[in-house]
Amino acid sequence: MSTLLEVSGVSVSFDGFRAINNLSFRIADAELRAVIGPNGAGKTTFMDIITGKTRPDEGRVIWGEKSVSLLRMSEAAIAQAGIGRKFQKPTVFEDQTVQENLLMALKNTRGWLGVLFYRPNPEDLDRVAELAEEIGLKDALRRKSGELSHGQKQWLEIGMLLAQEPRLLLVDEPAAGMTPQEREHTTDLLVQAARTRAVVVVEHDMEFVRRLNCKVTVLHEGSVLAEGSLDHVTSNQDVIDVYLGR
Amino acid sequence: MLRLFLAGLALLCACMTASAQETALQPVLQAHQAAILKSSRKTIQPAIDAIAASGLPQAQTMLESWAAKDMWMRKADGYFFAGAKGEGGSYVLTDFDSGETVGSFDKSALKQLKPNSGVRALIATALVQFQLSDPDRAKRLAALESIARDPEASLLAPLRASIGGEADAQIKAQKQRLERLLTIGYDADTAARVAAIADMSGDLGLDVRAALNPLVVTTRQAAKSLPEDANLAAVLTPGSDELPKDQAYDLLVENNLAVPRVSADAIRVALADNIEGGRVGGVPLAQLSAEDGRSRAYAALAAEGKVPPLVTTADMDAALGAHVFFDTYAEPAAEVTAAAETALDQIALKVGMNQTLDLTLDAVSLASIYFLAAIGLAITFGVMGVINMAHGEFIMMGAYTGYVVQQIIPDHTLSIIVAIPMAFAVTFAMGVAMERLVIRWLYARPLETLLATFGISIALQQLAKNIFGTQARPLTAPGWLDGAWVLNDVVSISYIRIAIFVLALTFLGLFLFIMKRTRLGLEMRAVTQNPRMAGSMGINPGRVNMLTFGLGSGIAGIAGVAIGLFAKVTSDLGNDYIVQSFMTVVVGGVGNIWGALAGAGMIGFLQKGIEWANPSNTLAAQTYMIIFIIIFIQFRPRGIIALKGRAAGD
Amino acid sequence: MERSFIARNPSVLIFLAILSLFTFGVTVLSEGFGIGLISTSFVKTLGKTLCLCLIAVAMDLVWGFAGILSLGHFAFFGLGGYMIGMWLMYERTRLIVAESLAQGDIPPTAAEVTDAIGNQIFGVVGSSEFPLIWAFADSLALQLALVVLVPGVLALLFGWLAFRSRVTGVYLSILTQAMTLALALYLFQNDSGLRGNNGLSGLQNLPGVSAPQSVVSVWFLWASAAALGLGFLLAAWLVSGKFGSVVRGIRDNEARVRFLGYSVEVYKLAVFTLTACIAAIAGALYYPQAGIINPEEMAPIASIYLAVWVAIGGRGRLYGAVIGAAFVSLLSTWFTGGQAPDVSLGFYTIKWVDWWQVLLGVSFVLVTLFAPQGIGGLFDLWARRRADRHGADLGPDDGALREKEASQ
Repeated sequence: MSTLLEVSGVSVSFDGFRAINNLSFRIADAELRAVIGPNGAGKTTFMDIITGKTRPDEGRVIWGEKSVSLLRMSEAAIAQAGIGRKFQKPTVFEDQTVQENLLMALKNTRGWLGVLFYRPNPEDLDRVAELAEEIGLKDALRRKSGELSHGQKQWLEIGMLLAQEPRLLLVDEPAAGMTPQEREHTTDLLVQAARTRAVVVVEHDMEFVRRLNCKVTVLHEGSVLAEGSLDHVTSNQDVIDVYLGR
Repeated sequence: MLRLFLAGLALLCACMTASAQETALQPVLQAHQAAILKSSRKTIQPAIDAIAASGLPQAQTMLESWAAKDMWMRKADGYFFAGAKGEGGSYVLTDFDSGETVGSFDKSALKQLKPNSGVRALIATALVQFQLSDPDRAKRLAALESIARDPEASLLAPLRASIGGEADAQIKAQKQRLERLLTIGYDADTAARVAAIADMSGDLGLDVRAALNPLVVTTRQAAKSLPEDANLAAVLTPGSDELPKDQAYDLLVENNLAVPRVSADAIRVALADNIEGGRVGGVPLAQLSAEDGRSRAYAALAAEGKVPPLVTTADMDAALGAHVFFDTYAEPAAEVTAAAETALDQIALKVGMNQTLDLTLDAVSLASIYFLAAIGLAITFGVMGVINMAHGEFIMMGAYTGYVVQQIIPDHTLSIIVAIPMAFAVTFAMGVAMERLVIRWLYARPLETLLATFGISIALQQLAKNIFGTQARPLTAPGWLDGAWVLNDVVSISYIRIAIFVLALTFLGLFLFIMKRTRLGLEMRAVTQNPRMAGSMGINPGRVNMLTFGLGSGIAGIAGVAIGLFAKVTSDLGNDYIVQSFMTVVVGGVGNIWGALAGAGMIGFLQKGIEWANPSNTLAAQTYMIIFIIIFIQFRPRGIIALKGRAAGD
Repeated sequence: MERSFIARNPSVLIFLAILSLFTFGVTVLSEGFGIGLISTSFVKTLGKTLCLCLIAVAMDLVWGFAGILSLGHFAFFGLGGYMIGMWLMYERTRLIVAESLAQGDIPPTAAEVTDAIGNQIFGVVGSSEFPLIWAFADSLALQLALVVLVPGVLALLFGWLAFRSRVTGVYLSILTQAMTLALALYLFQNDSGLRGNNGLSGLQNLPGVSAPQSVVSVWFLWASAAALGLGFLLAAWLVSGKFGSVVRGIRDNEARVRFLGYSVEVYKLAVFTLTACIAAIAGALYYPQAGIINPEEMAPIASIYLAVWVAIGGRGRLYGAVIGAAFVSLLSTWFTGGQAPDVSLGFYTIKWVDWWQVLLGVSFVLVTLFAPQGIGGLFDLWARRRADRHGADLGPDDGALREKEASQ
């Protein structure tokens, strides 16, 4: 498995506070990875750096086979390069229908002129229907997404991410506020997705992480504390001290 | 200096000896009887000199009576008296020497002396030396002022004469200064003038520049060759930047050294006068709509001798080559002009430095006005994230409150003291009402807050118009704020502006105190940073928001009183400040009082700087400033003092 | 999705039908073409109102759909007016000057004609030279191109600067307001080359047209109606497809759209510039009907009123903007024109000329508070009964974005 994303020696500070401190991280193609860590460990900032929202003070972020640096790219360009991100809060376009949401996310031209003259063709609509099926929203295609339940919104967002066909998926606390059944469905979606692409899941819930059954990275105070299988890291004394022991 | 002092002393001694010799004025007058009787500007000087030289105190009365046409001669003996109209066409005469009435005489026995204006002017000059030594301080000052207003060569001697005897130190200093200035302009001795110029070269007074500037006035002249005796300022080459060829040629024409050029209009008229059968000089009319056709036609006419020939470029060059062009000083002495130029350069440098200082003070006072206007906005916009388009109207309401208070309390000092808390109370109440009724329903929708407060803004403006009318209402500053603190003729700053500066500082201190040292400030900071957390800690965010908004509005009201003191109070007073206030907050950085201060400072200095660079056009200054701000935002989107990291949000 | 554009947007067809009916009705009732029931000045008022409706559509696009509360679109409107005004004034003066110079014995040279025109136009600001910006004033085609180009380029430049630095929300509104103020102040100067506060006048006289104003006014009404119809069609087409989806997405959650891979700045810039051009066209049609344009028209307050119209009409729906602009501007004309009857309260008589602004301000606050959907919201009550409604909603009332905006 080749390395898809390599983050090395990245640091960033806000007003003197070092949110990320000499962090290094790498993930391969088609790998599922969970990132855990206490509050303020820098999980969200880590994602912000990869997606271009925050510029690090130092360090490198290298992407793909061609080893492109992501640091000079805009958020949109990074997204087009194949990194999808799901926010902690479900952020779908509530004013628009599920179909419109998915169509917008569908991998297609992103240029404004292309979009202006774009009219959905049958293949695209089929793909949207397929995705809707996958995320369990087949019957809700024509509904406004604002009318969906919290869990459905989360799935819709994951569906939008899948529609983007990214090579790397960053998912921030997907299970927050979900019922147990919904969690199960979410786990399935993520594991399924990780067969064809890299997926990074940031999560608090140990039970959820256990179910993902993958390699785990523990962040603490902006750098990697431990890495390995869940059992491996949970037996690590440092991890127990800063995180589990509390 | 010493030499001049000695000269003055000598003159004084001369006067004193004269007074020792003469005890009465009448003999002097009699000695010059003929000249006085048939007085004319040309012949009277010796008589006036003699009278003045007598040094007698009564000479002043006598000269004044003479100038006022109150002096009469008794025909019987040719003696002169002061006359006043008595009963029945008779005149009561008073002797100049004794001051006693000598009796009443019929008009037929007397002859009134009526000096013409030329003579009166000479008398007035002679009187100056008496006035300069008048025991009455006010008269001496008045005399100095009149000399400063109309300096003349003849006043120099009496002025110098009066310096030695001057007891009052302040007047003496003034006399000495005036003496220097008169010396620059009128002394016969070139060296003395150069010395006087050197003495005054570091002085910023307008009077010094007024004395020096006439010395360096030049006139532009043209001649066949350079004059030998003239004091030349510069020799110019035609075609240079200072003297374009056209101007040089016009100068020649003015001095009758060349034939005038024929203007385009003159050509047109000449052509129109010479139309013959649809042609002019053989050129058909239709072709005259082009320059080429016109010049051909005119050349044909000129060849026939019907019109003066066209002056060609070659003609012009030849004429210019045959002459020299130069600037000459009106002042003949080269040393004096050189000294004056140097002195003016020095003064200009000093003036420049002082103007920079003046500009800086101006900018500081403008910045404090913006700060005052923006501080309330910085609170509501910065702390609460609410944009209040009616902020300008709160400023206006504060100013009107001041006006109303002044209608009730006529004493200006007291009314301002009452108006400031009143304005705060009124706008605080208004702000709280607005927050309760409108804004708190819109916290989640900032753009709609902008629109709703705009609705309030137009309603308030129109209400003010309906109540107070459209004309400007005065808000008069107390007397002790009138006037300005004058450092010199260049730098001055009005007391109102100083007061506003102090007020701005006070508010900065007050704000810092409230934020850092009071419970409300603590709660405000807590709500700003995390409203939910603050709420769960027992802080009532609604109450804090209400008070914060009230505080911001109240300060706007006080700013209104301050602004009303120097600006006209009208219903659209707020409009003039709202955009600048927003700019101040945006440029400075939201959510930070130091940001508002930095923003106000930057905008104040920027505006003054641009106005200085382009003084003719204050409107353009505003435009450039806004463009600058838009570009500035590019580099510091969050203002000068920006919150960084997560607190800034995205 | 498979249905045609019109079928998906029945409101467009209804709107166009009402607009044509209106135009036809006014034509029939006008002095120039019909029975003369409507005075020429009222025809002009109606024509101007149509132009205001057009700029309201533009405003709705940029605000209601893209979420950019621009307080600068009236500046573009005014610039469009200035551009066409330059040609109207130049050409008309040229005709007059040529005629008077032709009386002379000698035919005038081209330079003389230009000088005389310059004197006529700029005498009022103490100048007679043609400023550089009048270079194309002699060509209708070029000046018509400038109607779109000048505001378009300005919008592009300003938008590029503003969006590039990620200025959003109220900041952006204030920045656009500052831009408008800067432009208005610049034009107030005498040496701006556009006659300072005198502005351009006599624009109602079309050079070389001898038809009376009663006829010309109807022509302009037709042109304004056509422009409004086309503008509405264009706007409806823009927002109906994926472009509309993306733009509304930007309004509701800019960051999310960015992470979907859309370059938000480019989209915003496209909408901002396009709407500036529409506003400029509206202005170019408005000012020949008004007859005069001066910098006062471009003061920031005008742009805020524009936002008021759109808000009262109901933003996020195009017909709402049109209704708002027509309703409020006509009502405003009625009240401020002194036609509204005074209300006597016994102790005080309410003169509407004085109180209209108060009423407008207060009702504006009330609309914002209690009816954020505006007049257009009324249509929802009717439309809600139809199962397959397609009118775009105003967006979430308390969605994630709003919360985030508020906490900034």
